[in-house]
Amino acid sequence: MSAPIGQPRVRLPQQVKVGETIEVRTLISHIMETGQRRNQEGAIVPRDIIRNFVCTMDGAVVFSMDLAPAISANPYIAFPLKVTGPATLEMVWTNDAGEQRKASAQLRPS
Amino acid sequence: MRVAPQLLALTLLAAGVALAADPPAPNRPIPNPQSGRHFATEATLSIQDDDFQNPAFLWVEEGEQAWAHPAGAANTACATCHQDAAQTMRGVRARYPAFDPRLGRVVTLEQRINQCRTEHMGAPALPIDSRPLNAMATYVGLQSRGMPVQVDISGPARPFFDAGERFYNTRRGQLDMRCGSCHEDNYGRSLRADLLSQGMSNGFPTYRLKEQRVISLQFRLQGCVNDVRGQAPPMGGEEFTNLEFYLAWRAEGLPVEAPSVRR
Repeated sequence: MSAPIGQPRVRLPQQVKVGETIEVRTLISHIMETGQRRNQEGAIVPRDIIRNFVCTMDGAVVFSMDLAPAISANPYIAFPLKVTGPATLEMVWTNDAGEQRKASAQLRPS
Repeated sequence: MRVAPQLLALTLLAAGVALAADPPAPNRPIPNPQSGRHFATEATLSIQDDDFQNPAFLWVEEGEQAWAHPAGAANTACATCHQDAAQTMRGVRARYPAFDPRLGRVVTLEQRINQCRTEHMGAPALPIDSRPLNAMATYVGLQSRGMPVQVDISGPARPFFDAGERFYNTRRGQLDMRCGSCHEDNYGRSLRADLLSQGMSNGFPTYRLKEQRVISLQFRLQGCVNDVRGQAPPMGGEEFTNLEFYLAWRAEGLPVEAPSVRR
């Protein structure tokens, strides 16, 4: 039984220009249980982390990362992105059980 | 010779009346309090000062959703009575804990939220320090951000304040320490890898990196009592509620920083 993946937060700069490199910032609520800890009874608390994060821009992967148990709860992920034109960003967080949480954002260069 | 004792008696009587009406102002060991952020590292503050990166805002968002979401037998939401929290809840965190004349005791912000739930919404009280209660307290607390802490300890509230002050100044645990042993006598000095703060409560509820979640003040107080190897009273109980009241007075004038980030 894996913990629910919370509602993600995604933020892009308010104004973006074509050719500019922006920072895409994300934050998601998750316990990131390491699998190393024991509960009061001494039994190991099973590992439950967000294993993978992928961001695609109009279907093409622009950023992806594998997460490890040492990453703290509620992971904050930020990455640079070069703006080539209007586009849709799709972000997917996947946990150990394969469950996914998605978010999308629109890039509208001025 | 005959007038003088009468005058003296009158003066004493007047002094006695004044004493009953207004006990002397309590002693303030730290006249110019400093917020916990003064003792936090730059890295920690960079998380706190960025509302997007501050993970406590995940709790703020949960609280905001719950604010508008009807619950309980009366099928009412917080917003049904209190409308827009940005206006109605502004300043609330700054003046809590406060004396409740009907209950005849001091209540914390968390207890006040639960009172609303049980008495007006017909909903069960949320467990103290549970995620939904911390989320609501964080959301309400945020509406007072930057406002100076100012609690009313006058009149019937005073005995509860005094009880909190007594708890604060009582040595406890195997280490035989009072709260002030760290937070008055030794703030600014290192305790192992950490810098001792003045123990000011203006940043609560706070996202504690150690716990990786938002914690309530009374959860932190339990940690403090455990650290001096004492037996902590229950969260939400009388002792900690009075102590929280005293701590709020102690932090008077400091801006509400909720939700802060601390190590």
